[in-house]
Amino acid sequence: MVSPLSRSVSKREPMNGETLRQTVTVANPQGFHLRPAAAFAKRAAQFQSTVTLTRDDRRVNGKSLMEIMFLAAEQGSELLVEVTGGDAPEALPALVEIIAAPSMDDGDES
Amino acid sequence: MRMSDFVVREAIQPELTATTKEGVIREMVESLRAAGYLKGGEPEDIVKAILKREQLGSTGIGRGVAIPHTKHNSVDRLIGTVAVSTPGVKFESVDGEPVNVLVLLVSPQDKPGDHLRALENVARSMREDGFVRSLRSAGSREAIWALLNEAPLQW
Repeated sequence: MVSPLSRSVSKREPMNGETLRQTVTVANPQGFHLRPAAAFAKRAAQFQSTVTLTRDDRRVNGKSLMEIMFLAAEQGSELLVEVTGGDAPEALPALVEIIAAPSMDDGDES
Repeated sequence: MRMSDFVVREAIQPELTATTKEGVIREMVESLRAAGYLKGGEPEDIVKAILKREQLGSTGIGRGVAIPHTKHNSVDRLIGTVAVSTPGVKFESVDGEPVNVLVLLVSPQDKPGDHLRALENVARSMREDGFVRSLRSAGSREAIWALLNEAPLQW
């Protein structure tokens, strides 16, 4: 479900630090609905790194709940997480975990 | 999908009278009942489910917009309604601001894709501050309905 961590240094990014990226499959049967999306945006905002999420040709700011909702990612969708900045090595696994989780922590998918 | 594809026109409320979170949710569900979409104990059941969902985390997504929602067996397709509160309602939104525009969704248990696309549609419409302002100042059901039909469709 979770692909191996891939690393690459992007010359296009103006920020210090490398860009780490990983493709993750949405595991939740209800898709990446409002609660996991809110959890993702909130967690992403705790890092200094820039965070983007891409589904097919849709690329959005991973710190914006509203933009994450544009993705309408159903179960089985593949999302590319890209993190650029000094705390990227810490941020990437934390954010990937939220997308790969099969359910919310409390088990409630309402 | 446009917002007008799932919003029940007769249930649109251009000015809510309730001023609390529970009150506005109740008023919006009642408008769906009055429009003929819910019956018997369903409205109360849905209000309770929506409030329970809000306790797990507010659906106030920022910019003065909230999307209270639940899944319920009483509907066989996703339905919703739009309401405006000019004074604003405290909603524990992600940005801490009061909510002026609400989109309430009730979806069937087995159609998560439709729910996700409705959320996408609402978010995409509401990203434009001008659209939110227009809804807030629309003043009538017909004016809101016209705005929902104009909302952008494309990515």
